[in-house]
Amino acid sequence: MANVELKNLKKAYDEAEVIRGIDMQIEHGEFCVFVGPSGCGKSTLLRMISGLEGITSGDIVIGDDVVNAIAAADRGLAMVFQSYALYPHMTVRQNLSFGLENINTPRAEITEKIKQVAAMLQIDQLLERRPKDLSGGQRQRVAIGRAVVREPRVFLFDEPLSNLDAELRVGMRAEISALHKRLGNTMIYVTHDQVEAMTMADKIAVLRLGVLEQFGRPLDLYNEPENLFVAGFIGSPKMNFMTGSIDGADRSLLTLDTGEEIRLPEGRFSHQVGQSVTLGVRPNELQPTDEGVLHMEVASVEQLGSDSYLYGALGDGTRLTVHNPGQTRVGAGDQVRLGADPGTFHLFDTASTLTLRAS
Amino acid sequence: MANTAGRMTLWQMLTATRGKNGKLHWTDWVSYSYLILGVFLMFFPVVWLVLSSFKTEADLQRYPPTFLPYQQITVELPGMDGQFPLFEITGGEHEGKTLAQLRRVGLVAQMVDPSNPDERLRIDIADRQPVQEVRLAVENYTGLFERFNFLRFFFNSTFITVAATLLMLLVNAMAAFALSKYQFRGRTAVLLLVIGTLMIPQTVVLVPLFLIVTEMGMLNSLWGVIIPGAATPTGVFLLRQYMITIPDEILDAARMDKASEWKIFWRIIVPLSAPAIAVLAILAIMWRWNDFLWPLIVLTESENFTLQLALNSFQGELQTEWSSLLAMTVLTLLPIALVFMFLQKYIATGIASTGGK
Repeated sequence: MANVELKNLKKAYDEAEVIRGIDMQIEHGEFCVFVGPSGCGKSTLLRMISGLEGITSGDIVIGDDVVNAIAAADRGLAMVFQSYALYPHMTVRQNLSFGLENINTPRAEITEKIKQVAAMLQIDQLLERRPKDLSGGQRQRVAIGRAVVREPRVFLFDEPLSNLDAELRVGMRAEISALHKRLGNTMIYVTHDQVEAMTMADKIAVLRLGVLEQFGRPLDLYNEPENLFVAGFIGSPKMNFMTGSIDGADRSLLTLDTGEEIRLPEGRFSHQVGQSVTLGVRPNELQPTDEGVLHMEVASVEQLGSDSYLYGALGDGTRLTVHNPGQTRVGAGDQVRLGADPGTFHLFDTASTLTLRAS
Repeated sequence: MANTAGRMTLWQMLTATRGKNGKLHWTDWVSYSYLILGVFLMFFPVVWLVLSSFKTEADLQRYPPTFLPYQQITVELPGMDGQFPLFEITGGEHEGKTLAQLRRVGLVAQMVDPSNPDERLRIDIADRQPVQEVRLAVENYTGLFERFNFLRFFFNSTFITVAATLLMLLVNAMAAFALSKYQFRGRTAVLLLVIGTLMIPQTVVLVPLFLIVTEMGMLNSLWGVIIPGAATPTGVFLLRQYMITIPDEILDAARMDKASEWKIFWRIIVPLSAPAIAVLAILAIMWRWNDFLWPLIVLTESENFTLQLALNSFQGELQTEWSSLLAMTVLTLLPIALVFMFLQKYIATGIASTGGK
């Protein structure tokens, strides 16, 4: 079993705390994605799990063992690096066999394993080449192959697709997912791209400034974000936020800062009268409609044929994005009225940024 | 010239001009004159040295000096032992004849006609001119092997150079690896200390170094020459600067691949630093081969002499045997020239390559 458990994990460089107490339980066979903006500590966290980076306090448990004091090489992990980190002076075959040679695997077994992995990753034609003669995608495959060939308990991926072009990235994404299904290993994958996270993950961990903001299944994060940050980070284009306050007498009446009034559904939120709140509505839930209460001035329109995006602002300058399926007649400079199904609303406390969803 | 760039032959490259259709632009004149002057300045002393090493002792003393090595033609005479020099007679009754000289007495030379050796002729020495031909005095070289223990000196020099270079590369590369890739307290201080030693002239540490070598019983031993110079600040610094450019992720990958630090050094760091190591090797070989002062101090017995010391011993207080000295100089230069020829391409690549992906 290769479940990974982090217990109140912390990391500090001198005074600067970069990981501030993370608790997480990754089950065996799960594909877990760490996602967050740059500087959130996701790569550091991965390197701490790998053992390449020391920890300041807390515990890392892999399987049933606390591995805090165990060297990177002996944790039974394999890592794929952002820059591929292939050994430039070795052929692909030597790159793949290096790790196996270090654990004194018999020659014949090495040859056999390389053959299997190379066939699986379709790099069997490249075995005698050197990394500099490979394309980005091929290098990536070799880097993955180097991890696979060692049959680790857990795979760690550190932004492996960020050096590839967009088209190749989509292809490799599917391949890594397929690899996960075939091998069934626990995989931990770091990315700053929330689309990658949504498409690949069994579980997503959203990190910000060394703090785990939310950990859960992709759609749970999308549908029930715990706070403003997760709500804004997961989903593309990002969620629209409008600040306002609850009416002093009527608990279901939200008055936006623009003065527009919105009815909140009964029973879904645990807000108080007079509370300052932030309303979140996803771009695809906002509809141009004559009965809409929001008045937006359209600044620009993107027509993609199958979809169209309206970008504009409310009276107080709050920016909104509207995603419509199909094509639109609305043009820049138009005034549109927008409405949304109250069932799709997200409500957050403006001061604490936490969700007001009633549990 | 209708050359496409990059497809020039060496000759086309050397004769490229700015002017078209065989006409020379004035910049061609300037640049070629400058280059030819450069070639002359750089190359002439070497050519002069090599040609002079083939001159006999007498030829070397000749005034005015000649460019090519000349020797007087000698003949054997029937009924007499030895070789006799030939002269052309430029005046007197035998003018135009070529005669062999038997002996010279004062201003008069006793000569014979090789075709008629029985008749002795008396010639005024002002009336004769030696008959010469271009001939290489190979005996300068063979003499080195016959009269001097050249091979012994050569072995000593080679042993010191090879052993010292290998030792230096190993020690410096390991120090550079630690200073470039490990984080430890006092790393900067150590590096500054290493670089700081560059500011201390070698002459200052000469005496203390000599005392240490003496105490350790390495006086008059080749190891006494090799070991004190094994760690050089220049080498450590050069390799460290190069190793810094090797991405840490490659080392991390190797660590994840269960490679020990020792293995990382040999299998990853050393191969990837090859260009810098080659540059350092060239510098070390040249320095060790040409080193004079330190071997002179440590080695006092002639059987331990290096080539440089042997060269020095040719230069006596009263007289200098120039022909042997020059021949040995040429032989001493040859290995270093060969090394440079084969390794010089690494100097450029060592500077240009970054060792990255």
